[in-house]
Amino acid sequence: MPTQTLSDVSSPEAVLSFHDVTVGYGNRIILQSITMQVKRGQVVAVIGGSGSGKTTLLRAATGQIPIQQGELSAFGQPLDTHDSRRLYEQRQRMGVLFQQGALFTDLDVFENVAFPLREHAQLSESEVRERVLSKLQDVGLRGAAHLKTSEISGGMARRVALARAIVLEPELIFYDEPFAGLDPISLGVIAQLIRSMSQTLGCGALLITHDLEESFAIADQVYLLGRGSLVAAGTPQALQASTDPFVVQFLKGQPDGPVAFHYPETAAFQEWLARQQGGQS
Amino acid sequence: MVAWLGAIGAATRSSLVGLGSFARFFGLMLARSGAALRRPGLVVQQVHYIGNFSLVIILVSGMFVGFVLGLQGYYTLQRYGSEEALGLLVALSLVRELGPVVTALLFAGRAGTSLTAEIGLMKAGEQLAAMEVMAVDPVRRVLVPRFWAGIIAMPLLAALFSMVGILGGWGVGVLMIGVDEGAFWSQMQNGVDFVDDILNGVIKSVVFGVAVTLIALYQGYSARPTPEGVSRATTRTVVLGSLTVLGLDFLLTALMFS
Repeated sequence: MPTQTLSDVSSPEAVLSFHDVTVGYGNRIILQSITMQVKRGQVVAVIGGSGSGKTTLLRAATGQIPIQQGELSAFGQPLDTHDSRRLYEQRQRMGVLFQQGALFTDLDVFENVAFPLREHAQLSESEVRERVLSKLQDVGLRGAAHLKTSEISGGMARRVALARAIVLEPELIFYDEPFAGLDPISLGVIAQLIRSMSQTLGCGALLITHDLEESFAIADQVYLLGRGSLVAAGTPQALQASTDPFVVQFLKGQPDGPVAFHYPETAAFQEWLARQQGGQS
Repeated sequence: MVAWLGAIGAATRSSLVGLGSFARFFGLMLARSGAALRRPGLVVQQVHYIGNFSLVIILVSGMFVGFVLGLQGYYTLQRYGSEEALGLLVALSLVRELGPVVTALLFAGRAGTSLTAEIGLMKAGEQLAAMEVMAVDPVRRVLVPRFWAGIIAMPLLAALFSMVGILGGWGVGVLMIGVDEGAFWSQMQNGVDFVDDILNGVIKSVVFGVAVTLIALYQGYSARPTPEGVSRATTRTVVLGSLTVLGLDFLLTALMFS
């Protein structure tokens, strides 16, 4: 696996840096020895199977869970979950698209997108309206501004959530499964929007995704998670040319290889099965 | 025997931990009230939501409680030839006890459950987490305005309950049974003391407002983010909220009227 040096990680262009990071919940370690970074203007994709720890990585990067070891920094400052004031300052420079959208159900589409502006920006009502409608235009939902969240489809909700994530024009944007539930037309437009946002605003983008085709088309750097750590990292072309059996199996979607399709049958499972069969006889 | 003692110990420990985190939650609400109260619009919005939507059930219940007080009061008082004191009996019963207590019980069932379910579902739908990563404190933005709205709405609703109840008692006693109207109102005016009766009733309803709203918000905020978790939290709000109101009522009555 091509690895980065410490000097890469502390690069002044880096808006997010992981150096030898371990994350988990209590005693349960989910990921370890994670070293990666996102630079300004760069789109970085993190791919991996279900349960490989992609969402845990995102939670650590946004300060929702503390790291257990290593160094994690955003905008050149350590991301410390215990220093809530600095964490909130760092978060004001981030945007997050949640997997399920996480729209506020008591607000309509317009107010959902306007929410970060009303909380953090001192803008007049006409400036808020102009900015919100412009972001809704970018995701193709300007005409849906007046609708309630209960009146829009799941795919539309994710596009509204995307508009909300980018409305403050943050320096670092996290996208958790941005392509899930989108129709082919929306998918292409959103993928290009993510790419163009990074170019025009110069913001870093971290994509957590299963969608290899779209993410490889727009990403500058790809990290593959598996077996509780980083399995591979590099440009999309480098990963596609890789002969590592794990990478080959994942990219080609092969059922046989180092990654088992079937969940392992543990002693606890055998015990449960014996109880079930005993109960039937 | 050891297992039995262990179970008692575990239950006691769990109750103490629960009580401790509830007290910590109360402290958090008070500590973060300043910033939230600088945006009174959020509180006003919630007073409208919590208060206005509870209005119908409070008014209808108050009216029926007033009807029953009028009837029962008249049947009892006429035995002693003092049916003219009906107005005083109805007013004191409502202002001192039934107004604050029944309103708080109805408030726990109507607004409390709604608050718990709303906060619990916001948590399950990652809305609170989304707020946090947007650098917006969900305690200040969502919980504190609802907390103060509950405290403001409760005494107002209790006052309306008592008012409608007195009118209900008047309707039954004076209009239907024929108790003297002058005696009904004058006995009430002479017998009800502003500080001892009305103010104490208001204090009770404020205390109940704090207790019920706090329990509802705590249950929603600490609910497991699943449909079953939210459903259990909602049930706990009604059960704990109602028992707390009744327990506090006994304590407050003993303190105020002893």
